[in-house]
Amino acid sequence: MKQDIILSGVGGQGVLSVATIIAAGAIKQGLTVRQSEIHGMAQRGGEVLVHLRISDKSIESDLIPRKTADFILSMEPLESLRHIEYLAEGGMVITSINPVVNINNYPEEEFLLRQIQSLPQYRAIDAKGIAIKAGAAKSVNVVLAGAASKKISIDTRLLEEAIRDQFIAKGKKIVDINLKAFHLGREAECPISFN
Amino acid sequence: MADMLVLGDEALAMGAIDAGLSAAYGYPGTPSTEIMEFLMKQRNAPDNITAQWCANEKTAFETAVGVSYAGKRSLVTMKHVGLNVASDAFINSALLEIHGGLVIAVADDPGMHSSQNEQDSRFFADFAKIICLEPKNHQEIYNMTMEAFELSEKFHIPVMIRLVTRLSHSRSLVKTGEKRSKNPLQKSPNRLGWLALPSLSRKNWQKLLEDQEAFKVYSEQGKYNKLYINPEFREYGVITTGLGGNYFKENSSELPHQPSHLHIGIYPVPEEKIRLLADAVEKIIVIEEGYPLLERALASLTGTGKKIHGKLDKTLPPAGELNPDIIRQTLGLPVKKGIDITIRDLPDRIPQLCSGCPHEYTFKAICEALQECEESIVTSDIGCYALGALPPYKAVETILCMGASIGMAKGAFEAGHKNVIATIGDSTFYHSGIPPLIDAIAFNADITVVIMDNSTTAMTGGQQTILPSHRLEKLIEGLGVLPENIRLMNPIEKYREKNRNIIKSAIEYKGLSVVISSRECLQSIKKGKRNTL
Repeated sequence: MKQDIILSGVGGQGVLSVATIIAAGAIKQGLTVRQSEIHGMAQRGGEVLVHLRISDKSIESDLIPRKTADFILSMEPLESLRHIEYLAEGGMVITSINPVVNINNYPEEEFLLRQIQSLPQYRAIDAKGIAIKAGAAKSVNVVLAGAASKKISIDTRLLEEAIRDQFIAKGKKIVDINLKAFHLGREAECPISFN
Repeated sequence: MADMLVLGDEALAMGAIDAGLSAAYGYPGTPSTEIMEFLMKQRNAPDNITAQWCANEKTAFETAVGVSYAGKRSLVTMKHVGLNVASDAFINSALLEIHGGLVIAVADDPGMHSSQNEQDSRFFADFAKIICLEPKNHQEIYNMTMEAFELSEKFHIPVMIRLVTRLSHSRSLVKTGEKRSKNPLQKSPNRLGWLALPSLSRKNWQKLLEDQEAFKVYSEQGKYNKLYINPEFREYGVITTGLGGNYFKENSSELPHQPSHLHIGIYPVPEEKIRLLADAVEKIIVIEEGYPLLERALASLTGTGKKIHGKLDKTLPPAGELNPDIIRQTLGLPVKKGIDITIRDLPDRIPQLCSGCPHEYTFKAICEALQECEESIVTSDIGCYALGALPPYKAVETILCMGASIGMAKGAFEAGHKNVIATIGDSTFYHSGIPPLIDAIAFNADITVVIMDNSTTAMTGGQQTILPSHRLEKLIEGLGVLPENIRLMNPIEKYREKNRNIIKSAIEYKGLSVVISSRECLQSIKKGKRNTL
């Protein structure tokens, strides 16, 4: 078993936390994990990119080779397309449809959604709406972890455990909100349609 | 801890703790910062390790050398360009009779993710003639750190561990070993080995040159320099260093023939192993993350006739960081079939100042004050405020290195320019802005130094500055700037007009003036709130 996941988003969206949750779940399952991040200047309001590699064998490169990622898990539609060159044939994009507009030349939303829709395999969800429904707009990232969970070869219970570990310091209420976000994300429908 | 993913930086800190570390010093710098941050979290643990940020990398290095003289093990951390700052102490420390183990952890940034250059610290280790260890994964980081302390005490030299961004900021599991106890407090018995006087240095230099043989023997036998010879395949062989080894392995299983391969993790390089590889192949491909250090040495090591391919002949790109795709191409493997879609012209999200950042209002005040000036120069420095060079501010014109803004402003004024402003952050000012300010005071340079004081080292994630903000004004006064030439401002929209006038009056003053523009970093405020929850 080997899964290579590109995680992307904008600074502040919790891309690193999602990576940590999935990675922690993978470790609980006894898998080998590599999680490569970029900190510092690149993170300040900018694009965040994480390479997450999970395998039952040893892993050589911290970076995922281009055209081999099993899926791209993105917190944001523009960022879901930015690293498309990493996606393998048959790979899937899982993304939120809610844009984070912090630049003047942000593309038309419809353009982005059409691009996503033109991909052979995608799952685009209203992560923000779902996060609010779960009780905290900030949990967009965990909603997306939920949406990805059906595709990730990690036992769902282990991912739930990882979510508990991640948020336990903030109290039971926060844990419950995030578990709810995870499950709503897991069952979420794909709302975009231009047909 | 056993089941936790750790950053490469954290693996290094764990190795140092388990090696019996007593003290660690450093200056924040991406991608090295998390080494010290991890050690600081352990401060209250039973180990009671001293872990401190210092004014700059040089003072950090010197403090660590002092710990070594007293017999204890010490670690010093910095990013690659920080080693430039510490280099005087670093190069000379190789001539001292290092006593307690002294390990220098330097994190390079190939690709310049968060740096102004991509210099390769292995050259510094080579220059100082010390041993350098270059890990390629987290377990090696941990193990090599333990080993580095042993080597330092065995050979009486500082030992360098070279990290790179992709290792520092990658996470993996690490198996920890048995913890060694700390060294007793016992200063070096060899006083003559600690005096950098010409007569003694000549002897110590001779000894260091003689010791190179012993370093080479260690490198030759070292398990991190691993040689595989395939006598069935002579067409080419591969030598890799650091992460180059991982990128080679990522691809090599697809090769029709496994080439002979030498991976190097210990410097000075194992010359005999290199010769064995060279004898077994017609040509050599060199894959090293960084400048072509090994490649340059190869021609003289392998003799004539062997073709060497690497960065010098542009088989590999000379600039930027390596990745598995580049190496795939180098090895002549076909491009993988990915998803057949290209999406062009997606706009970049340029890093930007946080909305409401104090720097924004300092830049506005400067730009507005300069509007009526016919000529002006605004120099700047290393920190978040470097983003003031980009739109919408376009407020600053030069960025060189830590502390350069003030000296450059003085130079521009002395060349004959009017209305020269230096902009520098508080942490950068403490780091290396004070000596050039003394120069400016001594010659009463007609420049305005704007210290953008946000009470933190913001760019690297908000480490505490070496002195609290309220001591800044007294410090500058103490250096000799007259109190009436020190102006204070609060960079906030409400005082926009007032701030513009403060900068304007400072520019108009014929002589040196300092403006301290103080307001706490927004990220620090957020972090403070989080910590008090």
